Amino acid sequence: MSRLKILALLPLAAALSGCNYVVLAPAGDIAAQQRDLVIISTILMLLIVVPVMALTVLFAWRYRQSNSSARYEPDWDHSTKLELVIWSAPLLIIVCLGALTWMGTHLLDPYRTLGRIHADRAIDQSKAPLEVDVVALDWKWLFIYPDYGIATVNDLAAPVDRPINFRITASSVMNSFYIPALAGQIYAMPGMETKLHAVVNHAGTFKGFSANYSGAGFSGMHFNFQGLDDKGFDAWVAQAKSAGGSLGRAEYLQLEKPSENEPVRRWGTVESDLYRLILNMCVETGKMCQSEMMAIDAKGGNGHEGLNNTLPLSYDKYARRGTEFGPEPSFVAGTCTPDAPQGQTTAAIKAPLDTAPLIGAGLKRPTFSPLKSSSFFLGQRPKSDS
Amino acid sequence: MSPDLLKLIFGRLGIDSLPLHEPILVGTFIMVALGGITLFAGVTYFRLWGYLWREWFTTVDHKRIGIMYMILGIVMLLRGFADALMMRAQQALAFNGSEGFLPAHHYDQVFTAHGVIMIFFVAMPLVTGLMNYVVPLQIGARDVSFPFLNNFSFWMTVGGAVLVMASLFIGEFARTGWLAYPPLSNIGYSPDVGVDYYIWALQVAGVGTTLSGINLICTIVKLRCPGMTMMKMPVFTWTSLCTNILIVASFPVLTVVLALLSLDRYVGTNFFTNDFGGSPMMYVNLIWIWGHPEVYILVLPAFGIFSEVTSTFSGKRLFGYTSMVYATVVITILSYLVWLHHFFTMGSGASVNSFFGITTMIISIPTGAKMFNWLFTMYRGRIRYELPMLWTIAFMLTFVIGGMTGVLLAVPPADFVLHNSLFLIAHFHNVIIGGVVFGAFAGINYWFPKAFGFKLDPFWGKLSFWFWVTGFYMAFMPLYVLGLMGVTRRLRVFDDPSLQIWFVIAAIGAGLVFLGILSMLMQFAVSFLKREQLKDVTGDPWDARTLEWATSSPPPDYNFAFTPVVHDNDAWWDMKKRGYQRPLVGFKSIHMPRSTGTGIILAGFATAMGFGLIWYIWWLAALSFIALLAVGIGHTFNYHRDFDIPADDVIRTEDARTKLLAGAK
Amino acid sequence: MTVAVNPVQTGEPVFYLADEHPHPEGYSTSLGFWIYLMSDCLIFAMLFAAFGVLGANYAAGPAPKDLFDLDLVAVNTSMLLLSSITYGFAMLTMQQNKIAQTQMWLLITGLFGAAFIGIELTEFAHMIHEGATPQRSAFLSAFFTLVGTHGLHVSCGLIWLVTLMVQVWRYGLIEANRRRLMCLSMFWHFLDVVWIGVFTFVYLLGVLR
Repeated sequence: MSRLKILALLPLAAALSGCNYVVLAPAGDIAAQQRDLVIISTILMLLIVVPVMALTVLFAWRYRQSNSSARYEPDWDHSTKLELVIWSAPLLIIVCLGALTWMGTHLLDPYRTLGRIHADRAIDQSKAPLEVDVVALDWKWLFIYPDYGIATVNDLAAPVDRPINFRITASSVMNSFYIPALAGQIYAMPGMETKLHAVVNHAGTFKGFSANYSGAGFSGMHFNFQGLDDKGFDAWVAQAKSAGGSLGRAEYLQLEKPSENEPVRRWGTVESDLYRLILNMCVETGKMCQSEMMAIDAKGGNGHEGLNNTLPLSYDKYARRGTEFGPEPSFVAGTCTPDAPQGQTTAAIKAPLDTAPLIGAGLKRPTFSPLKSSSFFLGQRPKSDS
Repeated sequence: MSPDLLKLIFGRLGIDSLPLHEPILVGTFIMVALGGITLFAGVTYFRLWGYLWREWFTTVDHKRIGIMYMILGIVMLLRGFADALMMRAQQALAFNGSEGFLPAHHYDQVFTAHGVIMIFFVAMPLVTGLMNYVVPLQIGARDVSFPFLNNFSFWMTVGGAVLVMASLFIGEFARTGWLAYPPLSNIGYSPDVGVDYYIWALQVAGVGTTLSGINLICTIVKLRCPGMTMMKMPVFTWTSLCTNILIVASFPVLTVVLALLSLDRYVGTNFFTNDFGGSPMMYVNLIWIWGHPEVYILVLPAFGIFSEVTSTFSGKRLFGYTSMVYATVVITILSYLVWLHHFFTMGSGASVNSFFGITTMIISIPTGAKMFNWLFTMYRGRIRYELPMLWTIAFMLTFVIGGMTGVLLAVPPADFVLHNSLFLIAHFHNVIIGGVVFGAFAGINYWFPKAFGFKLDPFWGKLSFWFWVTGFYMAFMPLYVLGLMGVTRRLRVFDDPSLQIWFVIAAIGAGLVFLGILSMLMQFAVSFLKREQLKDVTGDPWDARTLEWATSSPPPDYNFAFTPVVHDNDAWWDMKKRGYQRPLVGFKSIHMPRSTGTGIILAGFATAMGFGLIWYIWWLAALSFIALLAVGIGHTFNYHRDFDIPADDVIRTEDARTKLLAGAK
Repeated sequence: MTVAVNPVQTGEPVFYLADEHPHPEGYSTSLGFWIYLMSDCLIFAMLFAAFGVLGANYAAGPAPKDLFDLDLVAVNTSMLLLSSITYGFAMLTMQQNKIAQTQMWLLITGLFGAAFIGIELTEFAHMIHEGATPQRSAFLSAFFTLVGTHGLHVSCGLIWLVTLMVQVWRYGLIEANRRRLMCLSMFWHFLDVVWIGVFTFVYLLGVLR
């Protein structure tokens, strides 16, 4: 077997130099910590996997039929000591790995604000984090920079060493927002918001894409993520500003329609509530926002009045949305003024300010919120009441 | 004819539903049609229809049904593997601005069909077939508990496979990935028939699988021969029991989740929609509550096969039988507590994620214990390197790698960077091919002489083995590498030319596996031609240990002339050691179930109903449903489902064997 | 392999039953049917789970308190509970081999079951007429599916009951028919238990919500 692997690796050795193991050599601190976890876990497991493989080969060779010098004990089938070893050895490794998992998962929770910029650099309190709202569309990415009032399609940039807070949603189907060089991925889902906190430590251009199949144009759903120095970032913002144009509700509904391999696009101004409208699935005029709907539902529904508050769907994202036996497609009509939706955002977990390394001595117990039954089942944490 | 009338008769089926504009499909169709016509003509020419109908299609004999499951699995393997080759070729070609040779519409169907077929119609039939064939023999039973149900289950599985195959030439298959996550799979984003084919193929086959699970649990619990206590059952029977418990406790979940999806698609309910309070995340949760046990459904029987093979070919009792059994039971229970590890990236809290990550890791403890048990079974043994043992060694070396990467993926932050990447693809192919497929091949090579009375040809078998193993490593090790380069799954075109070399290597690996499959088919053909040379008259060609080797090869219809009595968990080994003498006189008539065509007819109607529902041909669906009900009820009016094999027939069969054995001495 | 030609001598361990009795027909049936019921139970468990998750998602539409008529549901519940009791009587008379009385109790059970289905359909028709269709909200989708699946089971039970009455009428209370009546009994009581869950979790807790 080993010979075969070497054979398989030979032509690859040549190709290795040109390869970019971005998962193993990322540019962001979060991804680097995740890489560390990958490597440490692998080493921990190799502690048991290597002996098993070696023993397999050894026993397979030594106790072959033709080797009559090896001992043969056809009725030996039990040894309490050995049983103890074979159950406890994997157990010990899993205990270590489990502890590592528990801490690593809490420390690297994508909802957790950053506690450090880099292994040896604490967070700079004077710099506000960069807010980016991400929307996965069919099949392109929309990035809104609320602080700068600009928006782009398939073009993302951030200043080096400045924490980035992503708020992520989608317009129609599930996608996964993933920039391997920056941080691990998280799903982008319609009507829901996920969060990601990350920071980029090196300038450069990195690949970002959707990591969850979302339909015909999925392969072309990628973008460049640029880590820029402050000056470069300002220039990048200015470039978007100078592109002019305004991304409002009408433009968004146009943009939302499925399209493949979209080139980069930029807007100099963006409607301030657009992201909240998208998140609450009420960009279309007259449609009730999810947040409003949830508030009504929490108060016990709309009663009999709620039987007649649906309107026929006036637009068609695709060829057909109705079902064979169901009624015509419809939506719930909004009751509040659609210009002032009550958007809600998901809770973020505050990280303590420290630069302690992920593993090793001095690891602090992470803070975490207790389990709630709904989040347990749905895999999505509840929205905060703010 | 008016469009309304056409719609009434054909639903949404029309000339444009036939993929006449796709040269690949037209070519495939012509090949399949030619093959089908040749087969049909051959069967007609040799007047085999009556024989096939009487002896195979309507049989309730668990051995023949087991063999038919295996044939189904191998035929579908060819289809599923053709999909794999197309994917590997597409990904190896689609670089530097090339679109490859598959448009998205086709490619997306190919990877969906590949996953669905390989899990439901290759791995499941192979595993179910082996369990069906071997378990009653291993526990000294004459048949399963519900022989008619067994036949019905098989034909329902075939019905599902027929629907998947039909989607190739009539309409299209789903373009959603093998688990069809909504909202993508909902009517708004997948308005075509693809997802409906997916739903009804799985529903029809799923009924069969659930019923077959109930059947085998009852068989193992109720029909064990005297003396075989639970802790004297062969390990394969134990793993089969646990697998079938998993089937019964998980397939209803799949049935429900697909039923809810079809309600969304057919009547516009809001279970998994974005609007009106639906929750697509609930689908993801529910389908993985089925999906994770499913992987243990597949791999546990394989573990059982490896246990039997290791112990037989090491000429040694299985090391740590008790801990092996407990490990199996622990895996069975834990497999329900890990489903969330398939979507750590959906935004669950850190505590939830780490809980499911750690439960996942805990499963590796009993699995690791099993690995050690096999190792120490080999220790101080006398290992004979026949084909089943070769597959077992390959499994042990391959599976630990897959297990290791699996535990790695169970660490949520590691999963954040590797989820949905080609690393994940490499991982699960590593455990499914390295575990389930190698296990099925070990089982086929091991029990083939029992089923047919001659061994499989070792030359072609070894050729197939080496092609498969090298091909597997070449096809999937590059995917691990690509995963670490951040390449995600299900991509159709690439723009980074440095990746191409890895895809080319993977494609070559897939080609080697293809040669392995061809060698295996060649192995069957050559073995059949050389069957006189490879013949085994003893019924025990491997000097094996469990009860199925106590009877003749192939076993008579009634399996055992007298019900065996067991004193040890290696029952047959014990019998041989203590000078068991085969009874030669005193044979009596034997009570056996009668063949019936009801199973295949019911499954035919179920398939027709599925087809009607897929294409909105409501009259067909309604008529098939009524027919299903009528035939089913009619069947309950048949109270005479058994007959007696006359003592004379038993004596004749057993005397023939006595002569054979005397000649072999 | 060595096979001796002389028969087994006394004193040797017994390796086979020279004189065996085949398992009686239907030996595994009740176990098999139990396992089937458990798998069916899982189907309901999933539907309850779906209702649990979606049960408060009214999509700004009506809530349980606006829709459910508890009096009607109470009547309906009593129909099903009574049918369980009468099925019990049918089983008791079956034990005493009284065909006519068994058939009578089965008929009464069937009538109660049919009444249950009738009331349920009335309730559904009323809600749909009002506009509270399964498509209106996720809550209503889950409600109609859970209750409807139960109703579908009862309907299947009714078809089975009629079939069995015909079979008892034609073949009498033979062993096979007794076994089948026993299975239907388990099925019928199982549906009763599920309905208790539906009544409690869907209707009572729904109105309280």
